[in-house]
Amino acid sequence: MQITSPAFKENARGALANPDLQKALGHVRLGFIDKRQKAVDALPEFDALRDSARAIKDHALAHLDLYLEAYEEKVKAAGGYVHWAPTAADARAVILEICRAAGARTVTKGKSMITEEIGLNAFLEKEGIRPVETDLGEYIIQLRGEHPSHIIAPAVHLTRDQVEADFRRAHDHLPVARDLSEPESLLAEARRVLRSQYFAADVGITGANFLVAETGSSVIVTNEGNGDLTQILPRVHVVVASIEKIVPTMEDMSQILRVLARSATGQDMSVYTTVSTGPRREGDPDGPEEYHVVLLDNGRSAMLGTEFQDMLRCIRCGACMNHCPVYHAVGGHAYGWVYPGPMGAVLTPSLIGVDKAGHLPNASTFCGRCEAVCPMHIPLPRMMRHWREREFSRGLNPAAQRYGLRAWAFFARRPRLYRLAVSLAIPVLSRLGRRRGRFRRLPLAGGWTRHRDLPAPESRTFLQQWRDRDAARQEARP
Amino acid sequence: MKQETPQKPRVGLFVTCLVDLFRPTVGFAAVKLVEEAGCEVEVPMAQTCCGQPAYNSGDREDAVAIARTTIETFEDYDYVVAPSGSCAGMLRKHYPALFKGDAWEARAAAFSARVHELTSFLVDVMGMERVSAAHVGSVTYHDSCSGLRELGIAAQPRRLLSSVEGLELREMKDADVCCGFGGTFCVKYSDISNKIVEEKAANIAASGAETLLAGDLGCLMNMAGKLQRQGNAVRVRHVAEVLAGMDDGPAIGEGGR
Repeated sequence: MQITSPAFKENARGALANPDLQKALGHVRLGFIDKRQKAVDALPEFDALRDSARAIKDHALAHLDLYLEAYEEKVKAAGGYVHWAPTAADARAVILEICRAAGARTVTKGKSMITEEIGLNAFLEKEGIRPVETDLGEYIIQLRGEHPSHIIAPAVHLTRDQVEADFRRAHDHLPVARDLSEPESLLAEARRVLRSQYFAADVGITGANFLVAETGSSVIVTNEGNGDLTQILPRVHVVVASIEKIVPTMEDMSQILRVLARSATGQDMSVYTTVSTGPRREGDPDGPEEYHVVLLDNGRSAMLGTEFQDMLRCIRCGACMNHCPVYHAVGGHAYGWVYPGPMGAVLTPSLIGVDKAGHLPNASTFCGRCEAVCPMHIPLPRMMRHWREREFSRGLNPAAQRYGLRAWAFFARRPRLYRLAVSLAIPVLSRLGRRRGRFRRLPLAGGWTRHRDLPAPESRTFLQQWRDRDAARQEARP
Repeated sequence: MKQETPQKPRVGLFVTCLVDLFRPTVGFAAVKLVEEAGCEVEVPMAQTCCGQPAYNSGDREDAVAIARTTIETFEDYDYVVAPSGSCAGMLRKHYPALFKGDAWEARAAAFSARVHELTSFLVDVMGMERVSAAHVGSVTYHDSCSGLRELGIAAQPRRLLSSVEGLELREMKDADVCCGFGGTFCVKYSDISNKIVEEKAANIAASGAETLLAGDLGCLMNMAGKLQRQGNAVRVRHVAEVLAGMDDGPAIGEGGR
C-alpha cells in the first residue's frame, strides 16, 4: 500500500475537517474505553496477569530462534509446511506459489494485519487471483478500496450510513426496498453474500494471534466465526504470521488470551478462539488438505537487542489507540501506513524507516495513557522518544525546529545568561499584555496563537522578585 | 549564615521555567505552602528549566547538560519541590534514565529520590491534611498527565482542596484525559492539539464550575488560552494559588493588573 506517513500533517488536517470521520471517531471514545475498564475492574488479578504476560513474551523473545525452530519441527511433524520469509516480497512470492500450485482463482481471507503489511490483496489481484475479505469490517473496506484504520476494528472510521450506502451499491442484485437500518441487518446481509464465497475459494488465508511452539499450532481469535470458515472449508490453509507471535506453550497462550480480549473489546474472551495444528488428519470431520505457515520477519529481527525490542511484545489488542487523544482526533488513516496510534508510532519507523515515518513518534503529547492501558506493559512513550533521539542525531527534523531548540538550550545551559535574558524580556512582554492579560497574536508565537490566546507574563520573573525580597530581608536584619 | 531550628527540613524550590516567566504568584504560593508545612524554603538562582523541551525533542546532549546543572544546584537540599507534575516527573523519573550507565548514575538517583511535586510533597511527605484558605465558589480539577501517570497525583490536590472553606469541587467528565498541550507538541501539531483542547474546554464548561484548577502551568496556559479564545468566562488558576489563599489577583490570562 502507498505510504503517506510523510504527509501526516496534511492527512491530519483532512481528517479534522471530515465530519463523517469525526462522527465515527466518537464511537472509539464511547465504545472501547468503558468496556475495557469494566472488564478490568471485574478481574482482580488483571494486573498480575499483565505482569505474567509480559514475562512470557520477554522469555519467548530472548529465545526466539529456539522457539521458532521448535515450532517449525512440530508443524512439520503434524504434516504442515513452514516457509521463512525475510521480507514482504518473499512472503508474497511464497503465497503466490502456494495459490498457483492449488490452481486458486479465489482466496478467502480472515482478518490479518500482516497481509496488510505485505500488501497481499493488491498483489494477488494483479496476479489474477481474487481475494475476498470475510471479516465484516475488512469486507466493508475492501468494497470501498480502503485500508483498515484500526488494527481490530478496521472500519471504525465509517458511519453506519456510509456502510449502508456501500452495501446498496455493491449488492445491487438484492431488493432495493430491503431494510438495512440496523447494524444487525448489515451483518446478516454480509454473511449471506459471503457464504457462497467460502465454497468458491481454493485457498483460505488467515493471520495468527499466537503460534505455539510446544504443539506447532496457530491460534486465531474472532467474533464472527469467519476465520473458522476461511481455514476449514478451502482445500489449502495458509497462515501468515510475523515471527514475534511465538509463545512457548499452550498454557502461555491461554494466559495472554486472558488479557487480550479484555484489553481489546472488554470481552472476557472473544467469541471464537480457534487452534489449528497441521492439515486434516484421518478421521477429522473437516479441515484443509494442506497447511502452510508463512513466517514473516520484515525488519523485526533487527529490533531484537535494540531499545525497540519491547515493541515485539505487542499482541495487537488496540488498547493504546483506543485511549490515545491523538488517534481520537485524527483516526487511523492519518498515520499513513498499516499500523496507527501509539503502537504504530513505534512500530512503523522500525518497519518502513524513520525518515518516512518521522512524524508518527513526534505526534504524541506523551500523556502516557497508552502505556497505562497496554496489557504487555510496553513503554510506548519512551520508545517514541528514542525515535525522536534518532531523528535528532541524524538531523531529520526541520531546521527551524533544530535551531530554535539549540538556541533555547544555549541559554538554558547557562543560568546567568538565561537569567539576564529573561529579566530583560519578560517585563517588556508583561507590560505589553498588561491591559488584556493575554495576546491574540504575537510574533513567533503563531503556532500557539492560531488556535488559542497566549496568557501574558504576570509581572517581572519570579526569581527577580525573589532576589529583591531576599535582599530587602537581609537589609531589614540588624 | 542563617541558623534555623535544626529539625526543619530544607527545601529547594524548583520553581519551573513557566512559573518563573509567566506566573510568579504560583511560586510565592508554593513557598507559602511549603513553609506552612514546616519547612525552610530556599530558591537557588542558578535554575533555568528541567530540560524537557530538549529531552522530548530527542536532543539528549542538551538534556543531559541541563540535568547536570540542575542536580549540582539542588542536590544539597533535603527535598526538591516543584509546583508541576511534569517537571517533577522529569527530575524524579527521567533524570536517572538520562544518566544510566554513566558516572553520574548514583548521583542522579540520589537527587531524584528527593524530588516531589508540590501537592504530593505536602500530603505524602509532610502529612499535611488541610490548608487554611478560603475560596467561595465552584472549581473543577484537571489531572495533568505526567503528574497523574508518572507520579500518581490525583488524590492529594483533591484532599487539600476539600479543606478549603467555601470551595465546591465539581468533577468534569474525563478529568484524566490529556488537554492537548504536550510541550512542543502544541505548536508542532497545533491543529491536533486544538482538537484535543476543544474537547477539554467542552468538558470544563459542562462541569458548570466557575474556576478551573490544575497543577501544571503548561496545561493551564493551554486551557486558559482556548477558553478565552472561545469567550468562555471560566477563570483558570494553578491549584497552589487557591490552596495558599493567593487567588485574589487576576486569573491566568486575565487583564487589569
